[in-house]
Amino acid sequence: MWDYAKLIVLAAVTVVAAYAASQARDLAYLVHMIIIMGAGAGFFIWQIRRMDETTTHNQGEYLDGVIRYGVIATAGWGVVGFLVGVIIAFQLAFPNLNYELQQGLANFGRLRPLHTSAVIFAFGGNALIASSFYVVQRTSAARLFGGNLAWFVFWGYQVFILLAATGYVLGSTQSQEYAEPEWLADLWLTIVWVAYLVVFMGTLIKRREPHIYVANWFYLSFIITVAMLHVVNNLQIPVSIWGSTSIPVWSGVQSAMVQWWYGHNAVGFFLTAGFLGMMYYFIPKQVERPVYSYKLSIIHFWALIFLYIWAGPHHLHYTALPDWAQTLGMTFSIMLWMPSWGGMINGLMTLSGAWDKLRTDPVVRMMVVAVGFYGMATFEGPMMSIRAVNSLSHYTDWTIGHVHSGALGWNGMITFGMLYYIVPKLWKRERLYSLSLVSWHFWLATIGIVLYAASMWVTGIMEGLMWRQVDAQGFLVNSFADTVAAKFPMNVVRGIGGLMFLSGALIMCYNLWKTVTSVGEAKPAAAATVAAE
Amino acid sequence: METYTLLRGFADSWFLLFMTLFFLGIVVWAFRPGSRAVHKETASMIFRNDDRPAVDEADASDADAGQRQGA
Repeated sequence: MWDYAKLIVLAAVTVVAAYAASQARDLAYLVHMIIIMGAGAGFFIWQIRRMDETTTHNQGEYLDGVIRYGVIATAGWGVVGFLVGVIIAFQLAFPNLNYELQQGLANFGRLRPLHTSAVIFAFGGNALIASSFYVVQRTSAARLFGGNLAWFVFWGYQVFILLAATGYVLGSTQSQEYAEPEWLADLWLTIVWVAYLVVFMGTLIKRREPHIYVANWFYLSFIITVAMLHVVNNLQIPVSIWGSTSIPVWSGVQSAMVQWWYGHNAVGFFLTAGFLGMMYYFIPKQVERPVYSYKLSIIHFWALIFLYIWAGPHHLHYTALPDWAQTLGMTFSIMLWMPSWGGMINGLMTLSGAWDKLRTDPVVRMMVVAVGFYGMATFEGPMMSIRAVNSLSHYTDWTIGHVHSGALGWNGMITFGMLYYIVPKLWKRERLYSLSLVSWHFWLATIGIVLYAASMWVTGIMEGLMWRQVDAQGFLVNSFADTVAAKFPMNVVRGIGGLMFLSGALIMCYNLWKTVTSVGEAKPAAAATVAAE
Repeated sequence: METYTLLRGFADSWFLLFMTLFFLGIVVWAFRPGSRAVHKETASMIFRNDDRPAVDEADASDADAGQRQGA
């Protein structure tokens, strides 16, 4: 019965999308409707071929298939996102790479949102969804709630990524940083996200453990807050339901404040809280010791969510935003330093008594460097939010360097560590294919980040100083083009750092592929020994 | 009174007080007597149920529980 309902919905989606495609007012909308039509038709055929099969959800097993798909998507989108990042880094160093043929499709302006969204939402988002499904099942001792709903979340999220990515390339954007997708993709993501919340909450509710492990608190706050931010920042009225453009509800300084309330909390809850959930599960698992202080983790969680939500105005120093709001944002950003470092210390000290693993296990090394970069980025961030510092750093490449030491160092490295832990588990392999390849990945990525961050510090502070330099008469000394010329060597170093980071990720993909295909199966050790005794 | 002024007044008085007390309450709660044992237990829960969910008696009557025993 339920299968017939699915068929009807899928058929309706396909037909409506086909009609909408025929009415399309712009190219991006046409492409989006073709994607939706293709997805609807594809799932229709998939479903109709399985009408006789009864899908069973064995409550005595974890639902891991969807996590395996999530892991593949994470690695795949990661490589795509890093590759686009390397391309745009070299486009900045060598503007000739924006050659005439690709204008309007693959020039810097079109590829830049593609890069940011691919790494944050496609790579990071898939890593968060997959790892949260893994963690919530293990710490609740229960199968995912909602049967195949988790599959809907996975595939629905990939469709959102496709809609967003094709939209950027074709110029469909609402011009809000990190919230570029237009109303259609926004609505679709809202549906997928609610389904995600239902799966996650449902699993927590039917848990067989008395307590909710701290990692789940972080994941849950990430899911709920992102839902709230996404809806409020994307209140847009479509110009036509047959076109992709829309008019924002907010305007003026309210619009700016809502955007950066969204933007900074996307950092705070998507890239921090969610990934802290990863840290609090996978570091203790990899070093085989419980987290250093569970009390500290509770205080870390509540302090983080109470403070982060106010930090957004620091993106709007010296703007039309009222002074009190700027000061509020700055003050809360500085206060954030404390819970952030509390969390960092908690993650690092989990290794106490097992520091030797730092020498023997490159996966632990990766996770520890991730936490180190978390600490570094959460020190740098509060410092840059101070108004006087911001007057130098804002609009310069220092900001870009800061973002990347957080994104590559913290989010990237903890995700790589998570993948190295989770792949042998999910495919039931006894070990990784090669630890020396993990070491290669580790060093390539770490040196890549150092090159990236260091060159951006130098170039950012340099251009900030050049922009404010005035002569004895009070005239500006440098034109904008002077700073661009001065930045050239650092831009090249940045590109090389990115290239190293990308090569590391490719090595990881090869290593994980070989782990799945050519490492012996793990013996079901624990259960078998107990039975034998 | 304007809605903005009303909400603003509420936000920076009573609600601010509520949030501060709520946060301090959590900190005190985390350090309550007897929390050490609970936290120790919770922190090490990740080391069980790694391969399959915990199954309790109620599930034995489920159809899929029979299937599991058969497998």
